[in-house]
Amino acid sequence: MSDAAMTGDAGGALLEVSDLVKHFPIKSGLLFDREVDQVRAVDGISFSVRKGETLGLVGESGSGKSTACRAVLQLLKPTSGSVKFEGREIAGLGRRELRPLRREMQMIFQDPYASLNPRKRVGQIVGDQLKIQKVASGKELRTRVEGLLDRVGLSPEHYNRFPHEFSGGQRQRIGIARALALEPKLVFCDEPVSALDVSIQAQIVNLLDDLQDEMGLTYVFVAHDIGVVRHISDRIAVMNRGKIVETGDADQVCEHPRDAYTKKLLAAVPIADPRESAARRAERTAAG
Amino acid sequence: MSATPETAPASPGAGGGALLEVDGLRVGFATEDGRVQAVDGVDFRLEPGEVLAIVGESGSGKSVTAQTLIGLTRSPNSHIEGSVRLRGEELTALSESQLQKVRGTQIAMIFQDPMTSMNPVYTVGSQVIEAIRAHDTSAGKKEARARAVELLESVGIPDADRRVDAYPHEFSGGMRQRAMIAMGLALEPSVLIADEPTTALDVTIQAQILDLIQELNRSRGLATILITHDLGVVAEVADRVLVMYGGKVVERGTLDDIFYDPQHPYTWGLLGSLTRLDQPRPHRLPQISGAPPSLLHLPTGCAFRPRCPHEFGKCTEVPGLEARLPDDPNHRDRCWLTPEQKRKRREVEGRIGLEEPR
Repeated sequence: MSDAAMTGDAGGALLEVSDLVKHFPIKSGLLFDREVDQVRAVDGISFSVRKGETLGLVGESGSGKSTACRAVLQLLKPTSGSVKFEGREIAGLGRRELRPLRREMQMIFQDPYASLNPRKRVGQIVGDQLKIQKVASGKELRTRVEGLLDRVGLSPEHYNRFPHEFSGGQRQRIGIARALALEPKLVFCDEPVSALDVSIQAQIVNLLDDLQDEMGLTYVFVAHDIGVVRHISDRIAVMNRGKIVETGDADQVCEHPRDAYTKKLLAAVPIADPRESAARRAERTAAG
Repeated sequence: MSATPETAPASPGAGGGALLEVDGLRVGFATEDGRVQAVDGVDFRLEPGEVLAIVGESGSGKSVTAQTLIGLTRSPNSHIEGSVRLRGEELTALSESQLQKVRGTQIAMIFQDPMTSMNPVYTVGSQVIEAIRAHDTSAGKKEARARAVELLESVGIPDADRRVDAYPHEFSGGMRQRAMIAMGLALEPSVLIADEPTTALDVTIQAQILDLIQELNRSRGLATILITHDLGVVAEVADRVLVMYGGKVVERGTLDDIFYDPQHPYTWGLLGSLTRLDQPRPHRLPQISGAPPSLLHLPTGCAFRPRCPHEFGKCTEVPGLEARLPDDPNHRDRCWLTPEQKRKRREVEGRIGLEEPR
């Protein structure tokens, strides 16, 4: 969480998404596929992310938050709508035109077990894109990767190890090092802590906080746990059924939610205070 | 095996006729790299209608403890010591086929991942029916089916009469977990072991499942062991709590003991690392630094020592699980600090947590 004051004066939006739509066709037919219906995974969402801030995108599974991320990053081709990065339209750009932009926008994935290639060594996983983007090679590459490992709380000796030798939390650190290797401006964190133990979640959240301060990163933090989202975000957008139902300052949204769905989401988060949760449970059962 | 004292004593832990009694449970596994002591001396008692939470990180031994209760860790390379008594009957002495009868009829278990714990090629109903008929051979097909529908209804599956013929993939995650619970309850067990039952679910579904567990617990007197890493979940449903670390219980007490007067620094760390919606957000989450210890190379003395900012000379000796508060014999912990020191040191930024390491 960066200070609100810091984001306020930064001014211009780094990312501006307007009316973004991603529909998946449902096809049917024997010889010729006919489109019979659509899944409206992302159904016209708009938001902007200012430089240096963290925008939390919260919603349940199936709300479209991951699809939204992928459509913004052009990993999925949006059905319609506009995505502007530093004022430049990127929706509809071709692969080659997108390549330089990949350096600016990176992603951290949910499952630290599935998102690391088990046959590659840590050094390769983190360093490959430096090679591909021709940023560094040889000895310099190794020094940079070791520096990154150190920065995310691993040790440079981990360079030659394989992912299976690491715990979930450490793997997520590897994923973070990979995302930061090219010194991106914008990082999408897609449920980066939900597969981890609560105690390890706190470590990763704190690490993301520190890296944001050090490197001036901008985050879009996607999660279903509104408690974690509130902690790390400056602003929150709540998604439900492909639409953003509420946006606002993180504390504002959590303390004075306006939308019925946001209220429902907040009411379901367990409270680590037995007396309070007993009172709330009584309320919930009374309400049916 | 003979007389079974059914009556629940008024004071838990008083000994005698508890529903489930576990004493000195130790589970070790022989691995290529040496012996791993996954569970190292766990004792507890469980009464009807009670929810006992076992809390800890991955590798703390909480799941192995639960699995050992119903004999799931028996294997040539495991070594199990201690005693598990259900209504006085020693379960560790039972043969595999005798144990088979205990599973389901007396103790049921539900798992974390409702996606993989059902067979995708059979309907949900047929899997519930199979569970019923496997143990109750007198039940006819029709009768078993009617019971399956009833069970699915009782765990809140709408339109159960039709849903009984659906396949697991047609169920959402929350419904699948409900169906798993229905299956577990099919034979009216007296103990339910729930291993991370809500970890894979959305928060709104999690709340529903926790409500369901608590309701079953109240209405049927079902004794429940809840395994979780999330103290938020514990606060919602548990009566008593065991906190495990490195195979040992490091603190045990009532729900209020653990949340309002926690004695072990590890418990402080678990509480501190929660993001709380009911409190102003701290500048930084008080985290537990480092990683859980490898069970192959446990540190000497207190296992939490390398991660504990409050470590001092005495910590090289293993502290016993003792009552250290003069007025509360049932609240026990394994930490050498005095209650006075603990009270002072657990405050971080106005809430309970673990200090940054010095």
